[in-house]
Amino acid sequence: MFDIAVIGAGVVGALVARELTRFGMKVVILERGSDVALGATRANSAIVHAGFDAKEGTLKARLNVRGSKIMESVCQNLGVKYKRNGSLVVGFNDEDRKTLEQLLIRGKNNGVEGLSILERDEILKIEKNIGDGVICALHAPSGAIVCPYELCMAAVGNAMDNGAELILDFNVTAIENVGDYYKITSPDGKLAEAKYVVNCAGAYSDDIARLVGDSSFSIRARRGEYLLLDRECGDTVSHTIFRCPSKMGKGVLVSPTVDGNLLVGPTAEDIDDKSDTKTTPEGLDKVRALAQEQVSGIAFNKVITSFSGLRSTGSTGDFIINLPQPRFLNIAGIESPGLSSAPAIAEYVIMMLRESGVFLFKREDFNPYRRPMHYFSTLSKQEKNEIIKERPEYAHVICRCEMVTEGEILDAIRTNPRPNDLDGVKRRTRATMGRCQGGFCSPYIVELLSRELGIDYLEVTKSGGKSYINVGKTKE
Amino acid sequence: MNYDRKADLVIIGGGPAGMAAALAAREAGINDILILERDNELGGILRQCIHGGFGLHTFGEELTGPEYAYRYEKRVKEENIPYMLNTMVTELTPDRCVTAMNEKLGVFTVKAEAVILAMGCRERPKGALGISGTRPSGIYTAGTAQKFVNMKGYMPGREVVILGSGDIGLIMARRMTLEGAKVHAVCELMPYSGGLARNIEQCLNDYGIPLKLSHTVAEIHGKERLEGVTIVKVDENRRPIPETREYVKCDTLLLSCGLIPENELTKGAGISLDRVTGGAVVNGKRETECEGIFACGNVLHVHDLVDFVSDEAVIAGRSAAEYIKGKSNEKIKIKLQTDGKIRYTVPQIITELSDTTVYFRVSDVYKNAEILIEDGEEKLYSKKTLKLAPGEMESIKLTANMLSRVKSGEIKFSLKTGV
Repeated sequence: MFDIAVIGAGVVGALVARELTRFGMKVVILERGSDVALGATRANSAIVHAGFDAKEGTLKARLNVRGSKIMESVCQNLGVKYKRNGSLVVGFNDEDRKTLEQLLIRGKNNGVEGLSILERDEILKIEKNIGDGVICALHAPSGAIVCPYELCMAAVGNAMDNGAELILDFNVTAIENVGDYYKITSPDGKLAEAKYVVNCAGAYSDDIARLVGDSSFSIRARRGEYLLLDRECGDTVSHTIFRCPSKMGKGVLVSPTVDGNLLVGPTAEDIDDKSDTKTTPEGLDKVRALAQEQVSGIAFNKVITSFSGLRSTGSTGDFIINLPQPRFLNIAGIESPGLSSAPAIAEYVIMMLRESGVFLFKREDFNPYRRPMHYFSTLSKQEKNEIIKERPEYAHVICRCEMVTEGEILDAIRTNPRPNDLDGVKRRTRATMGRCQGGFCSPYIVELLSRELGIDYLEVTKSGGKSYINVGKTKE
Repeated sequence: MNYDRKADLVIIGGGPAGMAAALAAREAGINDILILERDNELGGILRQCIHGGFGLHTFGEELTGPEYAYRYEKRVKEENIPYMLNTMVTELTPDRCVTAMNEKLGVFTVKAEAVILAMGCRERPKGALGISGTRPSGIYTAGTAQKFVNMKGYMPGREVVILGSGDIGLIMARRMTLEGAKVHAVCELMPYSGGLARNIEQCLNDYGIPLKLSHTVAEIHGKERLEGVTIVKVDENRRPIPETREYVKCDTLLLSCGLIPENELTKGAGISLDRVTGGAVVNGKRETECEGIFACGNVLHVHDLVDFVSDEAVIAGRSAAEYIKGKSNEKIKIKLQTDGKIRYTVPQIITELSDTTVYFRVSDVYKNAEILIEDGEEKLYSKKTLKLAPGEMESIKLTANMLSRVKSGEIKFSLKTGV
């Protein structure tokens, strides 16, 4: 019997679970996928918004501003890359200028610090590649970037280090309230029993709520397509460059990533299939066309990959955080600024539980720290040599594009939450994420996974299910 | 920069280029050589190229890739040329400090009198091609598939479509067929193949595999494992023609869409690259703009025959030896320009008054064309040719006599068509 079951191991579920362990709860995380961070967390803009976007008084505004404030220290504790690079919302005409002025006021009302409107000559001093048509911009120095899936994996790992349990491939299809606890089951016979349930199921959180009879909201999947450029292009801009929101929508952004790549996107398209993460030629053309107006000199011939992610857009317009029945919490509709708000949502859950009568005290033996996942290449020669002396496999480079060593890959496979497939290793170590996209190293990583997981070479998959890398032996 | 040891010549990469360069330098009298190789054996990519066709120019007989590599490896060992395996070079500085890492020595820096870059090339990945659709497993570059099949003994798939008609793609079409897979088509975006004519004959035609020119893969289908691809014909501007879309069921897509010289170290040393070749700009000695740093093989420009890699490596090896001994014959400076129909030349600059072979590629298929080399208005050289294709590297020998006649400091390579 667990105190609380968190359904969904995205970045929200991960940080909520971690916070619950901090307060001494016995936590189980139930994830339908073969790894954590597979939903919206895997593919989004990786931005910590300053907090001027959301309307005053909404949960989005309140939790965004708070999240933006505490994100840096959360990342520091969890060994997650974070950079306060600042953001610019750029305007092309007088109408845009008016919108930016409104955003400035809204931001101030929301409690965002340091906001100002910059004119073109001032923008050029801090961003030399700003688009030719840009006349002004809203500057938010507190805007930041972070790696969302790294944050999620680190938070789950830290929760596990503090006693939480993670069950993967757990597709929750029934939640039964049996007096003072819930029985949660999956079609393949998995069972978890917990006194409380937190629904952090992202795009599927409406389905989960319906399992306890709550049909007060629905979630639509909004697909966004992105292009990722080689690290050579990472310094095209230093700030995150947003487009001024207009009748045509919020538009795309151009941003460096914490790993030094350049990210361009997303589109916004409502779709019916909540797992449809394909890219389209039209979508990517649109991303290219819009981004070029905001920033000049984007080297689109240096694109190393394209992908799309699904945002969970709730039917109420705000985050949906409530208690539809005793001991059952919804945390749904966590679209943008969801990542930015996630650490604050975790605090908010604690507050709600307390208000509903749960006694929660901070554990003294809680360990908030976690070692960074991909760090070896950043060390000094002397530090590297000290590690290599103990662990020679740290001198064996597997992924040459991102300089990831065998030691790091082995440590990732042996560290919670453990990866079960090639993409899992990729997200944890960055191996295969560089410019050759795994051309050279994936056969080696398949070998390491096979050895470490004790499975046949043929059993290794790209991302779980039937995504096998090889289908048989030769000469068969 | 602080260093842990010194060497006269450090060669980065122990593939065909690096080994041939080392042997040439040793023959020219350099004793203190160190080859740094990231893999666990010498030989580079040839180790997985188990097909024949190597060595016709160099040895006058047909060898497999591993056999060709072994001839060099054997000589490297006989000559006692030092090499380190499983050693990854992580940094090169303009003053020729090479930082590398291996299990035995950890991170160490070698200060070299001369450096030869021989890191080879990599394949263009799917992400760079902008194919839309899903991201299932079953999509590999042809070279990755070659590694699975030839080095590991595993089949990456059974129902195959190949995008791009580069040589590795053609070779893998045959290889997969021989291993019992069905290769449905090789799609090539361009109206001509990027591979050698002999490979189209021996790897596709002999096995009845269709080569679909002016075709590309428009969309990828399948959530977990690849389930199919949509292929589409393209017009003369390489734009897809929607009504020609066709679904092909397959579990594997192999990509052979170009090779990219691996010049991350080169760039790190601040050496400028030729935008067309993706390799360093070099003179006739294969010396980069950074004194004492030479380059050869696929890191300099992508070759179609390893025999030419070996030839180029000999030039780089000898030149590095001369540099170490303090010999310099630099007397002239002639820039080599091209007209676009001729895409590039290697070398790009000639600095010595001696016979120099210039290698080049054309940008399209040209029939009945005349290759012209001019110094301003004055014609230095011309040669009529029946057919030129982008997939086949050409060469012309410029004699010392010819070079001595150049007045403007610049010669232009161009192609006159319809002659």
